[in-house]
Amino acid sequence: MIELQNVNKWYGSYHALVDVSETIHKGEVVVVCGPSGSGKSTLIRTFNRLEAIQSGRILIEGKDIHAPGTDVNAFRSRIGFVFQQFNLFPHLTVLQNCTMAPMQLHGLSRAQAEERAMALLARVGLANKARAWPSELSGGQQQRVAIARALAMQPPVMLFDEPTSALDPEMVGEVLLVMRDLVRDGMTMVCVTHEMGFAREVADRVIFMDEGKVLERATPDDFFNRPQHPRARQFLSDIRSPFARTP
Amino acid sequence: MIELIQDYWLYFLIGQYPNGPLGGLVLTLLLASCGLVLALPLGIVLGLARVSPWRWLRWPVSGFVFVVRGLPLLMVIFWAYFFLPSVTGVKTDQFATMLIALVVFDAAYLAEIVRAGIQGLPRGQMETARALGLSWSRAMRLVVLPQALRSMLPSLVNQFVSTIKETSLGYIIGLAEVSFIATQINTQVFTKPAQVFGILGLTYFILCFGLSRFAYWLERRLARRGLPVVAVTEGRAAARKASA
Repeated sequence: MIELQNVNKWYGSYHALVDVSETIHKGEVVVVCGPSGSGKSTLIRTFNRLEAIQSGRILIEGKDIHAPGTDVNAFRSRIGFVFQQFNLFPHLTVLQNCTMAPMQLHGLSRAQAEERAMALLARVGLANKARAWPSELSGGQQQRVAIARALAMQPPVMLFDEPTSALDPEMVGEVLLVMRDLVRDGMTMVCVTHEMGFAREVADRVIFMDEGKVLERATPDDFFNRPQHPRARQFLSDIRSPFARTP
Repeated sequence: MIELIQDYWLYFLIGQYPNGPLGGLVLTLLLASCGLVLALPLGIVLGLARVSPWRWLRWPVSGFVFVVRGLPLLMVIFWAYFFLPSVTGVKTDQFATMLIALVVFDAAYLAEIVRAGIQGLPRGQMETARALGLSWSRAMRLVVLPQALRSMLPSLVNQFVSTIKETSLGYIIGLAEVSFIATQINTQVFTKPAQVFGILGLTYFILCFGLSRFAYWLERRLARRGLPVVAVTEGRAAARKASA
C-alpha cells in the first residue's frame, strides 16, 4: 500500500531522513516512535508530499507520489491526514468542516455530504456538535472532528502525526478510542505517537527512529519487552522512568 | 456662515450640475466608492499573486507593488494624466484618469494588506486544506481568504479612509471634486476662508469617521457570528502550548 525505497531528505545540510526503506501493507497498523527531532513527523509528511524528498521513491498503491507531473491532489484526497494541532477551519461549523472537501472533490450534493458527515460525526461521538463552531469545542472534541473530516474523504489509509500530543491528559483517551475503533474496522494506519499503551494494544508493528534513521522494526511485544538497539532501550527507559537517567 | 451655506450648499454638493459636469461632494463620493469597489478585487488578486507558488506570477507583481508603493500618489496621477494618453492614444477625462490612478495606487497597498493577512494565518490552515486534496486555489478561496479577510478588516478600512482623502488630489488635474469646489467658493466669497475650509474639513471628517464606525460595527458583528477572533487566538494559544 505504501512503499518507501531509499528515501533521503535534507534540510540544507541537515540529513533529516537517511535512506529509509519501508513497506506498509493494506490493513496494517504501524506506530512510528522515537525521540523528538528523530524525523518521524517528517517521515509521514513525505507520504502525502507535504514535505519534498531529495532522493528515493514513495509508492502509494504502486504509484510514485513524488514523481514530477503527478496529480498530487488526487493522491492526497485518498490519504487521510490528522495533525497534532487539529487545524479545524475556524470559520466553518463542525459539519461544514466535514462536508467541504467531499462536496468540492467528490461532487457530492450538500445533502449527500451532510449525510456522510453526520454518520462520521456520530461515529466519533459528536453528532450533537454538528452545528457548533470549532472554538466551542474542547481539544479532544476538535481532534475527533478532525478525524471525521479526514474520514469524510473515505481514504483507504490514515496518517496520524502525534494526534494526542497537543491535548490535555484527560482528553487523550477519547481520541485514542476513536482511533482504536478505526483499527478494528480494518483501516490501514500509520501513526506517529508517544502513546505506548496504544501502540501495545493496536499496532501490528513498531518502527523506532532516531536521527533520521529507522533503527528498529519489531512487533510491539518484542519492541517493548526485548528492544534490540541501544538507542531504543535508552528511549524506552527514558519514557518509562524519566527520573532514573543519570545526567 | 448661515448665508454662506445658503448660497453655496447646492454648488458644494453637486458642482455645476445639471448646467455643467457633475462635481462637488457627490463626485467625491462617486470617485471614492468606484475606487474602493475596483481597487479591492484588484488588490486581492495582486495580493494572491504575491503569495502564489508560481514565480512567473509572483515576481512581476511584487515588482509592480514595490514600484507603486515607492511613488507619491501625485506622480501616479501625473503619469495617468500625461503619459497614459500619449501611449494609448486615448484621451481620458479627468474623472477616469483620477479613478485609474486611485485604483492602481490603492490596489498596490491593498495587495500588501492581503498578503500580510494571508501570511498571518497559522500555516496549518493551508496545509490541512491541501492535505485533504484541495488545490492551492481552492484552499485559498475556501479556507484561507475567508479567514484572512476578516482579520484584515481594520487595515482595509484604514486604506479606504485614505482613499476618500486621496480623492482631493483630483484638484491638481482640475477635477471638480469637493476640494476643487471649495477653493472655487473661497475665491468667489473671498472673505471667509476659515469657514469655507472648515466646512470642507468637517465634510471629510464625517465621511471618514462614519466609515470607521461602520467597520467597527461590522467587525463586532462578524466576531459575534462566526467567532473568528476567538478561534484564531485559541489556535495560536494551542500552538504556543504545544511548542512550549
